[in-house]
Amino acid sequence: MSDDIKVDKVFDLKGLPCPMPVVKVSKGIKEVEIGQVIEAQSTDPGSLTDFPAWARTSGNEILKTEQDDDVIKFYIKRNA
Amino acid sequence: MDMQNIENQFTEFQSQLATLDKKTAENKLSMVVFSGDLDKIIAAFVIATGAVAMGMDAVMFFTFWGTPVLRDAKKNAGGKDAFGKMFGAMLPKGMGQVKLSKMNMGGMGTAMMKSLMKKKNVASLEEFLAMAEELGVRIFICEMSMDLMGFKRDEMIDYENLTFCGVAKFLEEAANSKVQLFI
Repeated sequence: MSDDIKVDKVFDLKGLPCPMPVVKVSKGIKEVEIGQVIEAQSTDPGSLTDFPAWARTSGNEILKTEQDDDVIKFYIKRNA
Repeated sequence: MDMQNIENQFTEFQSQLATLDKKTAENKLSMVVFSGDLDKIIAAFVIATGAVAMGMDAVMFFTFWGTPVLRDAKKNAGGKDAFGKMFGAMLPKGMGQVKLSKMNMGGMGTAMMKSLMKKKNVASLEEFLAMAEELGVRIFICEMSMDLMGFKRDEMIDYENLTFCGVAKFLEEAANSKVQLFI
């Protein structure tokens, strides 16, 4: 977890290939309120392109992307 | 400018807006699923479920070789003529019998691909169908293909948003979709 961002809900999407990370996160983000932040953990390298594309289209905001070893962590603020 | 004039202009704007509204495509994906191959059907479901994740409506039209994929392996329908029986026997009965378009190698390639998909956590066709249903993907089946191949409605899958239709329904959906695909 990142120091400066308060995460309201974590989604473990490790091991899931396309299209599951984006499908799950698009459903999952509705479980928090607008303005709250989720952390999505993915091991699918395609997520690096897919999550920003999803965020732009759905009107949500990726605050930060972190990668350590195979796990990519997205901190996403629900704006829509 | 008098009031009457302004009112007339307002009415004109309103009707122009309504016309524009009809011409604006909805945030929707319309897809023709013509193929009956495992690889292509998977691609179709990945795109359809992904579209819903992207906030779009998704509509799939199954026609020709795509039609038998939506037969229910557990259901049987009687009252078929010789051709209907022949098509029924030769075409895949449900998702479990769908084969790869390339490298099938008498079923070996398909089996290998399926086990690889399982290992890599890729959803099976059955799982994709369940996911599509949960996400509200609408499925249409071409009535003409059904008739041509002698399929009966009571041998098709149970699916919440399933409708039998003709080309006009597809075109109505496609005409107001931002994205149209033929697979």
